[in-house]
Amino acid sequence: MEEKIDLSRVYGPSDDVVVREIEGEIVIVPLTSGIGDLEDELFTLNETGRDIWSRIDGSRPLGAVIEDLAKDYDAPDGLVRRDVVGILQELLERRMIVERD
Amino acid sequence: MSAISYVRKVVAGEAGLWKSSKPILARLDIELTDRCNNNCLHCSVNLPAGDVEARASEWTAARWKTLLDEAAGLGCLVVRLTGGEPLLRADFEEIYLHARRLGLRVMLFTNATLVTPRLARVLRDVPPLEAVEVSVYGLTEKSCEAVTRARGSFAACRRGLGLLGENGVAFTVKGAVLPPTRGEADGLEAWAASLPGRTGSTSFATLFDLRSRHGDGKSALIAGLRMGGDEFVDFSRRRGEGAVDEWRDFCGRSGGARGDRLFTCLPAGASAAVDPYGRLQHCLGLRHPDAVYDLAAGSLREAVTGFLPRLRGTRASDPAYRERCGRCFLKGLCEQCPAKSWAEHGTLDTPVEYFCGIAHAQAVAAGLLDRGEKAWTVRDGSKRAKGRIGSWRKRSI
Repeated sequence: MEEKIDLSRVYGPSDDVVVREIEGEIVIVPLTSGIGDLEDELFTLNETGRDIWSRIDGSRPLGAVIEDLAKDYDAPDGLVRRDVVGILQELLERRMIVERD
Repeated sequence: MSAISYVRKVVAGEAGLWKSSKPILARLDIELTDRCNNNCLHCSVNLPAGDVEARASEWTAARWKTLLDEAAGLGCLVVRLTGGEPLLRADFEEIYLHARRLGLRVMLFTNATLVTPRLARVLRDVPPLEAVEVSVYGLTEKSCEAVTRARGSFAACRRGLGLLGENGVAFTVKGAVLPPTRGEADGLEAWAASLPGRTGSTSFATLFDLRSRHGDGKSALIAGLRMGGDEFVDFSRRRGEGAVDEWRDFCGRSGGARGDRLFTCLPAGASAAVDPYGRLQHCLGLRHPDAVYDLAAGSLREAVTGFLPRLRGTRASDPAYRERCGRCFLKGLCEQCPAKSWAEHGTLDTPVEYFCGIAHAQAVAAGLLDRGEKAWTVRDGSKRAKGRIGSWRKRSI
């Protein structure tokens, strides 16, 4: 099911997962039921995913996150937006990220 | 920036999780208590559920929680909670939830007799991320309670399994081959396969440890319950020759003899164990005084980075070990290790005849040895084993 991404909204990590940084890897461990498909699954993020994840911290709107990333990466806004929306879509579907009030 | 797939699913423990360095500690095994509400014939651990002295000496939930914090800080991903019967502890839920909130996966070993509706709901809502491992000691009330020597344990176990199943908590069933349950293996497997929530295949405990940790004379009883080599082979063959083929292949792939090395079971840093009183060990079975680190007087980090590596570097001094185990090419089959040596002899490096006999029976069945031949007398035994990987089996005589 596709989630609607709103750049003016604030998103942050869900309380349904525990996020750990171990030996340079971000490891997302499901806490409550229904996050993973199997009982022994964990999740890691690729390099881009890690950087995006660290900025989706529930403190500012998604649009501001994208602007910062575009500056840091010296990349076109459109490309950054595509990546951020892509990862957010995936994390929202997995209930690892939630929309904050 | 460019990304197509951002989130990668990994099976926990997958080596590919770590790109460069691995965590200092991958898994921590915790015996929350030696006490158990069963009194199984073959158990090397259990003390009575009401043992006041044991209970008073056990670490509190607060201490376990601090240790779990330390373990998570060292990168630990998995904690095994076992006993005795860990659910005897009134604070089990508190310890369990603390581990899960730290992002640890929990392997729970239990006899399921103390699973309550509340605990089943907790395990449903905050799943352990590992199938609960349930020891089931018989297909019938008579056989089960002949093993557990606890009236009502059969019904209680089934009630607990039912609660796990109703709540969608994944579990595996483990049996034990003992005189009262001989001949029940096929039936237990079929019954377990029919249970809602059951996952994986049913395994069976067959080669029991002696009870050196308590020194109460029960070891003689346990020794009398153990299978001999041929019986073990026959049991393993009950589903065909697959197990024997695996032994042959495994032996061929397990490298050369041990030499004077004692610890050959795990890579350094992979895991550690802690007894109910806060003493860290290389594994749950090894309580030799020279192989125990008191966490109350140190730290988990020091134990894992200093004490255990030093311990794992220990070399054998027993001439019999060096002559036999040190030259034996059946390393991949034999259960000889410091924990077994300690359980049988109180030492770290004495050959254990029982496990030696089992490994030799396996090797005969796998066509790696002739009956009566001793593996340590075989020149180029590793080459023999490697040469027979995937080969047609030689029938035992």
